[in-house]
Amino acid sequence: MANRKYSEDHEWVEVDGDTGTIGISDYAQEQLGDVVFVELPDVGKLLDRSDEAAVVESVKAAAEVYAPVGGEVIEVNDALNGDPSLVNTDAFGDGWFAKLRLTDPAELDDLMDEATYKTYCEGLG
Amino acid sequence: MATAPETEVHKTPLYDLHVSLGARMVPFAGYAMPVQYPAGIIAEHNATRAAAGLFDVSHMGQALLCGGDPVTSFERLVPGDIAGLATGRMRYTLLLNDAGGIRDDLMVTRIEENGVPALFLVVNAACKDADFDHIATQLGGDAELQILEDRALLALQGPKAERVLGELAPECRDLVFMQGVEMTLDGAAAYVTRSGYTGEDGFEISVPNEAVEDLARRLLAHDDVAPVGLGARDSLRLEAGLCLYGHDIDETTSPIEAGLAWAVGKRRRAAADFPGAEVILDHLTDGPARKRVGILPEGRAPVREGAVIRDAGDTEIGMVTSGGFGPTVGGPVAMGYVNSASAAMGTALNIELRGRTVAATVADLPFVPANYKRAS
Repeated sequence: MANRKYSEDHEWVEVDGDTGTIGISDYAQEQLGDVVFVELPDVGKLLDRSDEAAVVESVKAAAEVYAPVGGEVIEVNDALNGDPSLVNTDAFGDGWFAKLRLTDPAELDDLMDEATYKTYCEGLG
Repeated sequence: MATAPETEVHKTPLYDLHVSLGARMVPFAGYAMPVQYPAGIIAEHNATRAAAGLFDVSHMGQALLCGGDPVTSFERLVPGDIAGLATGRMRYTLLLNDAGGIRDDLMVTRIEENGVPALFLVVNAACKDADFDHIATQLGGDAELQILEDRALLALQGPKAERVLGELAPECRDLVFMQGVEMTLDGAAAYVTRSGYTGEDGFEISVPNEAVEDLARRLLAHDDVAPVGLGARDSLRLEAGLCLYGHDIDETTSPIEAGLAWAVGKRRRAAADFPGAEVILDHLTDGPARKRVGILPEGRAPVREGAVIRDAGDTEIGMVTSGGFGPTVGGPVAMGYVNSASAAMGTALNIELRGRTVAATVADLPFVPANYKRAS
C-alpha cells in the first residue's frame, strides 16, 4: 500500500485526504501474540504525535500504542470491542484502531514507507 | 570501557526441539524457554483443556534427599506431613523462613532408593540454587541432597493425557492424583507422577536428559498432543487458582494468608515444629490480616500484577499479584491479596487500571474446576 506509513514503534497510518487511519503492524501483532482487549481513545480526543492512542492487551501483557501522527479522533473501530483478535487476523484491515483528522500532514514525512519499514523490521531480528 | 558480564543463559535438553517447532524463546529464570509456539497462547491453553499439552519444565530443580533420615529431617524445613506419606505418594509443600514466610513451594514424593526411604523434590527454577543451598546447609549430616542435573522434566497435561501416555506405559493408568512410580517409557527409565500445575489430569515425567527429546517427539507425534509454552502454563495455573512463586507467594506471605492452610499438616500444627510456627499458628487461630482471593474484573480489560485494589469506599485494601486473560473463563481473571474484611466471596472491589478504576468482585478459586483423577 503506497500511502501506508510506519513508525519505529510499529504503528501504521494510511492517509485518505486529511484523514489518517491508524493501527499496529503485522510485525507488532505477531510479537504481542493473542490480543484479548483493546482500549480505544475517545472520539473527539486530540492526540499529539507520540501521545498514547490506545492500549493493546495480549494474554501476557499490556502494550501502549502511540499516535504515529497528531490529529483529532473522529472514529474508532468498535468491532475490536467484540472481537479484539481482529488485530491478529487482519492488522492492516479490519484490525484498524482509529481514524484521525490530521493536524499536520507534514508529520507523515517523518514516517517510514513500506520498503524502509520492512528493512527496519528485518534489522530487529 | 567496562561492560557488564553477560548472564549465562541455560538451555534445557529440548532447546533445539523448541526452536524447530517455531517457539518464541524468552529468558526465564536463567533459561531460554518457549513462551509460545506458532499456535499461540490461547490455542495452546485450549488444547490442554480439551486434549493434552506437552510442557518442557526441565528448568525446574530436581533432587533426591536420601541417606540418614531424609523424611524426619526434611520436616524441619516444611510444614507438611512428610512422615505420613506412603511410598509413591506426593505432596505439595513449602520451604519456610523463620518468620513464617515462603522461601519456595515444591512437590515432594516419597520414594525408595535401594530399599531405603528417600524424597524426590521438584522446586521452582528461579529458586533452585537457593533452595538446594538451604536444604543442604540446614540438614547437614542428617541427610544427603543429590541434585539431579542429568534429568529433564516433561509435563503432559489434559483430559487425554492418560490415554496418550497409557499407549507407551499402560501402568500409568493405575496412578491416581499425587502418586508416582518408576516405569520404562520409550526405553528410558522414568519416574512418573500423576500431577501437574494446570488444574487438569496429567503427568510429570522425569527422564534422563539424553532420553527426553525422543520421548517428547514421540508424545508430540500423537494427534491429541500439542506443545505448550510458558504463556499458556501461566493462564492455565491462574484459572486453576494455583500460586506462582515470586508473585502470589514469597518470603513475606504466610501460608495462611496465601490460602494454603491445607499444606500445614494436622500433626505439624499440634507439634508446632516448623520454621515460623508461631506466626503461622497465630494466623490459623486469629485469622490473618490479609488473604489471597480470586478476583473477577468486570468487562474485558485484564488487570495485571501490581494493580492497586480499593474497596467500595475507595480505601486501598490490597494488590493484584497475578492477572491476565483466562481463555477458558473467556475473560479477565486475577488473584491478589486484600484485607480479610474484604475477602468474602462477592465483595465488590475497585481496581486501578491506567488512571481509572475497573469494578471487580471477589470470586471463588479455582476459576475453572480441577479435573484431577483422585483416588476413589
